[in-house]
Amino acid sequence: MGAEGEKSIAGYIAVWAGLLGLTAMTIGGSRLDLGYLNVVVALLIATLKATLVCLFFMHLKDEGRGLQLMVLATLTILALIVGFCFFDVAVRYQ
Amino acid sequence: MSEQSRDRAAATLGMWLFLFTEILLFGGLFVLYAVYRRRYPLEFHAASGLLNLPIGAANTVILLTSSLAVVLALAAIRRGSGRQSLLWLWATVGLGALFLVNKLFEWQEKFSHHLYPNSPELLARPEGDSVFFSLYFFMTGLHASHVLIGLALILVVMQRIRQGRIDRERHTLLFNAGLYWHLVDVIWIYLFPLFYLIS
Repeated sequence: MGAEGEKSIAGYIAVWAGLLGLTAMTIGGSRLDLGYLNVVVALLIATLKATLVCLFFMHLKDEGRGLQLMVLATLTILALIVGFCFFDVAVRYQ
Repeated sequence: MSEQSRDRAAATLGMWLFLFTEILLFGGLFVLYAVYRRRYPLEFHAASGLLNLPIGAANTVILLTSSLAVVLALAAIRRGSGRQSLLWLWATVGLGALFLVNKLFEWQEKFSHHLYPNSPELLARPEGDSVFFSLYFFMTGLHASHVLIGLALILVVMQRIRQGRIDRERHTLLFNAGLYWHLVDVIWIYLFPLFYLIS
């Protein structure tokens, strides 16, 4: 194994440790009473974790620009679908 | 770009396109979840408290660790060590199976408390409770079936490593199986706070 391989393995373990830390943060954060911000914080942390998994474990950071943009577009569309549906029911039926 | 790396790029693109359809499948369910959580905030909060947080948290750690094992298996095969790759994949299979066993105990506990879709107990409760548990069983059930498929895929990969059909030069199947496994992990990353941690 070259130094390059050892470095990337240390990187993967660091990402994994980060993911575990963020999981602990989610659980801790849910104990605080932030009102509706609770779900916002939970989703932000989850998205941060998902980004780490996509970039490093799914090797998106090593892929071409084209594939990266496709993934970004798909996730943006997903966020729009879920977000707009949510805002619609949140505002329309009071 | 050499012919081989072009093939690899195409296979990766194809796998991502499939993952996009999976994202939309779960995305539709997250829409349902968002709408109903908005409609029944108090019931969702109360019902969430009935879920087993320690098991949910343990399963999160288990899945994250299994993802690490898949990545290390890929790194091992890229170094040319099929033997080490197999060891990491065994770890993945073990962790994935452990996740499912935990899930089984968790569901069993719910069933023994008469909390399952359309149970007389749930029908007698407010509608929001019933909706919460229907979503919980359907979404975690669909997710668990993905874990099962991922496990089968990884066993196929392990067989091919043993046969020498996946090695340092040709490991696209391992790479793509890894993508699938990580996506299942990402979905759980969202399911966990949305079901177990409603404050």
